[in-house]
Amino acid sequence: MKEVSPAKAYALHLGVIALLFALSFVLPEYHHGLLARIMVLAVFAMGYNMLFGYVGLLSLGHAMFFSAGLYGAGLAVIHLGWSVPAAFAAGLACGALLALIIGVLALRTSGVAFMIVTMMFAQVFYLIILYFASWTGGDQGLVVPQSARVLVLGSTSLGLTNPTVRYMSALALFSIVLLVTLAVVRSRYGRVLVAIRENEERTKMLGYDTFSNKLAAVVVSGTICAASGAAYALLFGYVGSTFASVQYSILPLLWVLLGGAATTLGPLIGTLFMYYVVDITSGYTSAYLLIVGIALILLVLFFPKGILGTIRQRWLGWLP
Amino acid sequence: MHFGPHLLLAALEGLVTSAVLALTALGLSLVFGVMRVVNVAHGEFFMLGAVLAWAISTAISGHPSLGFLAALVLAPLIVGLIALVAERLVLRRLNYNPEATIVATIGMLYIIQQLALTFYGPEARPVEPPFSYRILLPWFGYSGYKLSIIAASALLLVATWFVLTRTKIGLVMRATQYDSETAQAFGIPVDRVYAGVFALGAMLAAVAAVLIVPISQAHYLMGQDPLLLSFIVVIIGGLGSLRGTVVAAVLIGLSDGIISVFFSPTLAKIIATLLVAMVLVFRPQGLFGTASR
Repeated sequence: MKEVSPAKAYALHLGVIALLFALSFVLPEYHHGLLARIMVLAVFAMGYNMLFGYVGLLSLGHAMFFSAGLYGAGLAVIHLGWSVPAAFAAGLACGALLALIIGVLALRTSGVAFMIVTMMFAQVFYLIILYFASWTGGDQGLVVPQSARVLVLGSTSLGLTNPTVRYMSALALFSIVLLVTLAVVRSRYGRVLVAIRENEERTKMLGYDTFSNKLAAVVVSGTICAASGAAYALLFGYVGSTFASVQYSILPLLWVLLGGAATTLGPLIGTLFMYYVVDITSGYTSAYLLIVGIALILLVLFFPKGILGTIRQRWLGWLP
Repeated sequence: MHFGPHLLLAALEGLVTSAVLALTALGLSLVFGVMRVVNVAHGEFFMLGAVLAWAISTAISGHPSLGFLAALVLAPLIVGLIALVAERLVLRRLNYNPEATIVATIGMLYIIQQLALTFYGPEARPVEPPFSYRILLPWFGYSGYKLSIIAASALLLVATWFVLTRTKIGLVMRATQYDSETAQAFGIPVDRVYAGVFALGAMLAAVAAVLIVPISQAHYLMGQDPLLLSFIVVIIGGLGSLRGTVVAAVLIGLSDGIISVFFSPTLAKIIATLLVAMVLVFRPQGLFGTASR
């Protein structure tokens, strides 16, 4: 790993954020809405990347963390009438707690067993949502009422259904998570995580407690994914069990693989690219899962490092 | 109906599930045991078997048993061929890396599922059973075909066991499973063994699907439950152990049949999946398996 010049990296990330901010004023309405959604889902991918890219733990169950945030926030608004910030915090808390429990259990395994265990826990979570259909809306899902999706800041109240407010909220969340991720991966802790990915035994021998480092990574990753889910519920007003299905555990994996695992901006690029590919192809065919399948196979066969990973390897060694 | 006959009926239904499950899970277990590949697309090979069985049996006119027999032979062969192509084109190029192959087989899952939806459609279609003889028990009549599924599955399991333990092919497979590098050094074409095992695993799933399709129905999403249940069976039975797989399949099939008669199927699935996840966490070698190497 080459030495990263901090100024260059931060300038690049702030530039990306500024670009997304500027795009808000020039994009046509349809793409404006789409980009807001992509930014929220990119946060999901960034959370996934935290664990998959940096620690090398391939989870097939991250949909449960996303939907813990989704349902934590959504149900708090719908059933308890909580305000937006309180509901968002509830979503985060649900995700963090779930990640802690799952982490303690699943980290006893490794490799293939870790994948299967996370997939099974996510399946249990999905079935529980279906089982308590009277609370969660089951298959149909629930709509978060527009009247409740209002952010009150002092004397002003911002309706989250307003496109500009929605875009800016999504951008704010995205920027915070992006900068936090950058800070984490550049920190001492981030280097320990990469060391665990490269050689866990040797890291252990050097005196690091790999279990608690990995557990912390699962919790951070789960909380970021829950933040994405909570934001999705509050900004787009829909809470449904599809988001807990296996497919939504696979999608962040696909986005991260495409954009480049263990790159800070890879998740955004992967999500953006894949979302538009699916959006454009679904105009011609309903077979978008076919595209997802082919993309997965082509990626692992020919582009295991993804877009940014390849760029970093060939040209820009300093990319974080 | 009284409790006793009710339980007997549930147990019989459970045995039919077990019979099909044992075959499907054996395929998954062989592929994992020999190749160390977790085949997430296994359920889709099962689905393909059922869909092909429908296509073949409707294409052949005459007595339903003719079409069914043709399906029983042809559908697994076609599925095996598809698996062989997938193995050569994708898995081999990935060098059987465990994580990359999982991602790749997830890709295959989506491709096969979507192609089935496009060409076969979203309907669930029945296949006529080859015969419709009812066996009359004192309390209720029971489909003779369902009992013949149990017999056919038992026969196939014994045949697989015989091949694995008593023939040269089985010896070569076991040698590859035990230590592929040494096997290679002794002149075993490990590469071709892998291809054959992957095709064989898919064919076992396809046979199971052809057997079950006259009593369930062919549908493009029907691969999901067998996949999950096969995972459960393979994990509980211990990876690569044929006896463990069969015992676990009977255990899971019976309890699935009996639990879902008396409880909500969703609750049964929640409990089963959670229990299996816990087995994997606390006893990764399975309940019957020996410690993994």
